Amino acid sequence: MTSKVNTITTKPTVSAHQESEVEGMALLKAVGNTPLLPLRRVTKNISPDVKVYAKAEWFNPGGSVKDRPAFNIIRSALYECRLLPGMRLLDSTSGNMGIAYATFGAALDINVTLAMPENASPERVSILRALGAEVVFTDPLEGSDGAILVARQMAKEQPDLYFYANQYDNPANWQAHYNSTGPEIVEQTQGAVTHFVAGLGTSGTLTGVSRYLREYNPEVEIVAAQPDAAFHGLEGLKHMPTAIQPAIYDPKIPDRIAEVTTEAAHEMVRKLARQEGYFVGISSGAAAVAALQLAAELESGVVVTAFPDAGYKYLSDDALWETR
Amino acid sequence: MPILRIPTPLRPYAEGQTEVNVQGQTVGEALGDLTAQFPELKKHLFSDAGELRAFVNLFLGEEDVRHLEGVDTPLSEDDKLRIIPSIAGG
Repeated sequence: MTSKVNTITTKPTVSAHQESEVEGMALLKAVGNTPLLPLRRVTKNISPDVKVYAKAEWFNPGGSVKDRPAFNIIRSALYECRLLPGMRLLDSTSGNMGIAYATFGAALDINVTLAMPENASPERVSILRALGAEVVFTDPLEGSDGAILVARQMAKEQPDLYFYANQYDNPANWQAHYNSTGPEIVEQTQGAVTHFVAGLGTSGTLTGVSRYLREYNPEVEIVAAQPDAAFHGLEGLKHMPTAIQPAIYDPKIPDRIAEVTTEAAHEMVRKLARQEGYFVGISSGAAAVAALQLAAELESGVVVTAFPDAGYKYLSDDALWETR
Repeated sequence: MPILRIPTPLRPYAEGQTEVNVQGQTVGEALGDLTAQFPELKKHLFSDAGELRAFVNLFLGEEDVRHLEGVDTPLSEDDKLRIIPSIAGG
């Protein structure tokens, strides 16, 4: 009761704009605490003493794991006064991070500009437009690295207009997972997690979760999943040896790298949908391939991975679903 | 002669070139000529069975050749065919 009285008495000191921003925070508070779902039928050849789970990151309000770093990047930029009123948030994206920025930008009255390769799926472009984000299309032949270079140049040319969020190099990215995803995994497995597997995009999930888990239990093994070649169809994942390396990526973190072929990941996406009811995207398929390969080698253990998003944004990809 | 535009991840297997002149009346023939010129590209574009890998996106102008006639799509002398990579992380 006391706190309620306090809230009422302090309210008149908050301006209408600030109040709207505080209310916008309600959406951001829905980020995280995603379900930890078991993989069951796709694990039938695995030792009964090995359990495999995935964090269902599509339960986040913006529909992907990227809500976590987007929220933390925006929060830290506001707190440190690097994102000031009237400035636009700028970053390059393959889609999901842009959707997360656009979602929270709308909630907090922050305008968002995104550099994105022109061949982003039509679903992504439509979602970003629906959320009111400005999209600068970049040369599809130059891929995500081309979008990074365009965003860097725009930030350099107009530093007063843009807050360059720079998800690849911003420590608030991995810290989001250190502060939320890691603790959630420990809690949801009652501390029993033995292995963590994550696909490499910016490497934020792998870096943040691994740092937390290793502090909790230094014996936890970390596996990074990445495409088997520079040219691949694993949207959202990076082939680190041939791409611009994110500054937040520490190659010493993974105990090993699992190389996943596009075909194996696509097949797994179909299996997860049709055998488990998990309608997920391509990077989830790749994470599952790596997690199940690892699980097959174990006699006992609790393997946890993260499924970054749902399948909706890939529906236009007929080759993926083999529905033609 | 049609031109094939090469995306960044494939350029190391094509001597760093961004564009390659190719011979062929169809998309399939043009790709065949490309991989004859640069044999290292073959495993990236084709399966062991010799079929174009399902995720390889080929665009003639703004059209995905999957929505035209696939590898049988005819090419004219001044066509530009683009191999579009998937979008990596973030």
